[in-house]
Amino acid sequence: MIKLEPRGERSRAMAYLSPVLAALLTMLTGLILFTLLGVDPVEALITILYVPISDTHGLAELCVKTAPILLCAIGLSVAFKAKIWNIGAEGQLLMGGLFGSYIALQFIEVEAFWVLPAVLIAGVVGGIVWSGIAAVLKVRFNTNEILTTIMMNYIALNILLWAVHGPLKDPDGYNFPESALFGDSALLPILVEDTRVHFGMALALLAVVAVWVLMSRSFYGFQIKVMGMDAGAARLSGFKEKRLTYFALLLSGGLAGLAGVGEVTGPIGQLIPQISPGYGYAAIIVAFLGRLHPVGILLASLLMALLYMGGEMAQISLGLPLALTGLFQGMLLFYLLACDVLISFRIRLKSKKLKPSPPLPPLASETQG
Amino acid sequence: MDIDLITNILYAMIRTGTPLLIVALGELICEKSGVLNLGQEGMMLMGAVIGFIVTLLSGSLLLGFMLAIIAGVLMSLIFGLITMELSANQVATGLALTIFGTGLSAFIGSDYVGKPIEGLDPIFISGLTDLPIIGRMLFGQDLVVYLSFILFAAAYWFVNYSRPGLVLKAVGENPHAANAIGLPVFKTRYLAIMFGGAMAGLAGGYLSLAYTPLWAENMTAGRGWIALALVVFASWKVGRVLLGAWLFGLASILHLVFQGLGFSVSPNLLAILPYLATVVVLVILSSNQARSRLVAPMSLGNPFYAKG
Amino acid sequence: MKQNPSPPRLTLRGISKQYPGCLANDDIHLDIAPAEIHALLGENGAGKSTLMKVIYGLVKPDYGELLWDGLPIEVKDPAHARKLGIGMVFQHFSLFETLTVTENIALALGDDAGELGPLAEKIRSVSEKYGMAINPDREIHTLSVGERQRVEIVRCLVQNIKLLILDEPTSVLTPQEVDTLFVTLRQLAHEGCSILFISHKLNEVKALCHKATVLRAGKVSGECIPAEEDTTSMAKLMVGDDTPISTTYPKKLGSTPLLKISDLNLTSDDPFGVHLKQINLTVNAGEIVGIAGVAGNGQEELLASLSGEQRCQNDTIHFADTPVGKLSPDQRRQWGLAFVPEERLGRGAVPEMSLTENALLTGFLSGLVSKGMVAWHKAEAFADEIIAQYKVKTPGRHAQADSLSGGNLQKFIIGREIMQNPRILIAAHPTWGVDIGAATAIHKALIKLRDQGAAILVVSEDIDELFLISDRIGAICDGALSPIKPTPESSIQELGRMMAGDFNSPTCEQGATP
Repeated sequence: MIKLEPRGERSRAMAYLSPVLAALLTMLTGLILFTLLGVDPVEALITILYVPISDTHGLAELCVKTAPILLCAIGLSVAFKAKIWNIGAEGQLLMGGLFGSYIALQFIEVEAFWVLPAVLIAGVVGGIVWSGIAAVLKVRFNTNEILTTIMMNYIALNILLWAVHGPLKDPDGYNFPESALFGDSALLPILVEDTRVHFGMALALLAVVAVWVLMSRSFYGFQIKVMGMDAGAARLSGFKEKRLTYFALLLSGGLAGLAGVGEVTGPIGQLIPQISPGYGYAAIIVAFLGRLHPVGILLASLLMALLYMGGEMAQISLGLPLALTGLFQGMLLFYLLACDVLISFRIRLKSKKLKPSPPLPPLASETQG
Repeated sequence: MDIDLITNILYAMIRTGTPLLIVALGELICEKSGVLNLGQEGMMLMGAVIGFIVTLLSGSLLLGFMLAIIAGVLMSLIFGLITMELSANQVATGLALTIFGTGLSAFIGSDYVGKPIEGLDPIFISGLTDLPIIGRMLFGQDLVVYLSFILFAAAYWFVNYSRPGLVLKAVGENPHAANAIGLPVFKTRYLAIMFGGAMAGLAGGYLSLAYTPLWAENMTAGRGWIALALVVFASWKVGRVLLGAWLFGLASILHLVFQGLGFSVSPNLLAILPYLATVVVLVILSSNQARSRLVAPMSLGNPFYAKG
Repeated sequence: MKQNPSPPRLTLRGISKQYPGCLANDDIHLDIAPAEIHALLGENGAGKSTLMKVIYGLVKPDYGELLWDGLPIEVKDPAHARKLGIGMVFQHFSLFETLTVTENIALALGDDAGELGPLAEKIRSVSEKYGMAINPDREIHTLSVGERQRVEIVRCLVQNIKLLILDEPTSVLTPQEVDTLFVTLRQLAHEGCSILFISHKLNEVKALCHKATVLRAGKVSGECIPAEEDTTSMAKLMVGDDTPISTTYPKKLGSTPLLKISDLNLTSDDPFGVHLKQINLTVNAGEIVGIAGVAGNGQEELLASLSGEQRCQNDTIHFADTPVGKLSPDQRRQWGLAFVPEERLGRGAVPEMSLTENALLTGFLSGLVSKGMVAWHKAEAFADEIIAQYKVKTPGRHAQADSLSGGNLQKFIIGREIMQNPRILIAAHPTWGVDIGAATAIHKALIKLRDQGAAILVVSEDIDELFLISDRIGAICDGALSPIKPTPESSIQELGRMMAGDFNSPTCEQGATP
């Protein structure tokens, strides 16, 4: 019989190994799945994991896709460290895109250096407003943030749809639900020539460094960690729970908003209904997979971006459904959670039968009476 | 507003509320055992897609519903294994279940999007169905709606009056004490999780086989999440789930009301209403912290790990 | 014992149980005869709890066997144990707060419970027969701790009971309630029921038990007949020869008030909480004031209002001349408060954080943080200093808090607080669940801090401890505080009455009356 036995102390090695193990198990399951579907499994894996990044163009696109996921995930990691379950990165991202687009469209004819910063700030504000609502509800009204942030995702999506079908629709756009193309001064500069790699990736990397300093060096980050691990201890030490909650939620919302505005001012260049193929949800997986650690999250974001590209590639060249990406994302998270058990437990093979006692000493009762 | 409109609205309210009622009942029983399964959405989607495909291929609605339920149970078992055997975090695992279910259902169903089937028909009861206003609402619905009434009554009796219901509550309040006096904590929680899965599967099947007889990616549109909020709304009391589900049903069909009243509002903005209503309800019911401590199962969301 | 031809009710042969990193039970042998009250004596961590869980079927032993009425048996689970006639009263009660007494008992009885109506009647009659009247229709959360224990005991008595196991049953009772419990237990034993009484309190074992088995570090260190031993010899069996058993500390009375509570009234917003009623208390520099009380009588609320977790009216609490009622916990710490909470894992220390991080947890005010950044090397040095000075047994400062034993972690927490040179120290149950060696070290540290001029308030359920270290002593009951008396002028009996809410003691010098 297989038995789980507590290790006594958390294993650091397993904490880092578990995501790797989860990725391998996901791949293995993928191999089996492809075989069942009648697709050459090795070819499929190459198509998904290698072909998309086999040239410079592919690598550049990987960066383009990584940026929004990374921004969302690095923000979420702060909230998750505080055990604040912000599931609303998707909605916050959409609102960032919407707010930013609104400003960009207002100044569509203006050519000035301040347009882009204004647009970016508007995007951040959009994300902050959206997560701020959940923050106020949590702090003031004790409302479960999981449910509110999820609901806010649906609300954000519908507001975005309303905007592109109504007030922000391009008047010259043949009635497509899209905004006009933004002016050049509202677009993010390209970082690497002849690619779509834009300034958003730099911002994302900056955010990673900033969050790393915050969480591992600053006392504020320490307080956030304590609050997440042990709210009682945080309260007893006088850490300001409400302020920390606001901070964590607003930071993650702001970064998700930045991700959203980065998409509309970067690779997309206008407001459309499909800003995000679920980057905000993918970021949740990335945050867990990256162990809520900046470096881990960076690596996990790259993997997740690759998964998006691989899904598209598999659709094009193998005729597999695009939903493959979502399926793999879900599996990855499941395997991760399952493998995480090995951090605190070790596997033991154990016989079920009770062993007899070693040599029997004389019964104490024989001396009695 | 004329009589016909009111009749239609009431009819649609119950019909729209039914999947919510079914999922919420399942989740309520599950939460009573101390397990918070946020994977309702994923389980519903799997129920919806499996039910749809089976019915499309076999032509049998009954078979479709049965396999939808089984799909829900299987999904819930994944959750059960990971949270119970591997004592993983329930919140994260539930989220994973939703993400996984969304992906898997879209994957499985990609070839079936937009295909038509013959959906579940309403059953008319002669004489009763023609009653004004409440006739269609109560006596012009399909079988699953009637089944949801029965499920509701059964759950009500189970939680409040049966011995297993007592065990369920005890396990949800304090699993360690329950274990110490010899109550089967694991078995109870597993059964509760599986019941939750079965109900989510059934509700998903209802969506793709009766409510709108077709399959579309993500067709549950957050109903699983709304059901989770419903349980909070109901303060973990079975009786109030019925009321809540129908009220949310009403919120979801307000566009009918607006049309009836001759307003023209953007359909996208009207679609916000059920979600907005959910947030508002959560705020109202959560703001009294002391009260919410008393009504929620005390061990909700906490893993149980038996030593030894 | 009288002549006894029948086999023992329960025999344990060579029971061993290994947990990761600790051999909880090592070749344990034990016999309990019918009608015998048998003590299982040992320090915290000696393996008593594991052993009784083995008997009750909650833990499977790695080696060894159990004999029930002379026949080998494997107790599969608690339900099986109950069928055999084994009942258990847990230290941390296994009751369900939102259910009634009858429902609770019905749950434990399983299918034998029958209808709830007749069961309630049976509960009523059994509880009255043994002098422990309880109302079967009440919900558990409305009951006091003593009443809850009665429910636990009655739950065992409504069935056919042959062996009753009680795990540290007196730790939650007033001395008077302890006497009542002993009457019940003797009556039960007289009727033929065997009783396994788990305790670390020697006086009680001497007063009640026919035989005793002593455990030390998982092994049987001796067996004796308590009536024929004195407490010192039993204590030696418990702790070994090299641990000093008891010390006395000179009593001191201070005169400069440092902590002053005046007319503190507080309504708890917790549905299970207790309201504080008109609390008045002064703790002077250079003295230790001890407050006794049965759990759930307002200690948590009082402590929370002192730590700052619960704010109150500004002038109800003064540190020296500073009103602090509205100050936050960190502001109070800044003034010179140190605080040792009851839960050492979960408030005193973050379980999954290292000792360095846990040193920073409250040490952040003493120069470990500059310009918002943590000076980790200083935090590490601080952690090392605590570990060295307070002899904390640990692989090092990087060890996680939850990897330490209760005693070592408590030494770390107390050390962390004391090394910040507090002017006021408040400690809740400072030696709860701690072995005697660590307890003595903690007591000495407290006395030393007192002698340096700090004002110390100790809240504890352990009366012996309070008499040992307190200079003045009192009790809290139902949110009200008794008069505080110099310890030498008080007695266990008097304190027991105060714990039960009877404050009308003839001599009352200062305290409750403003």
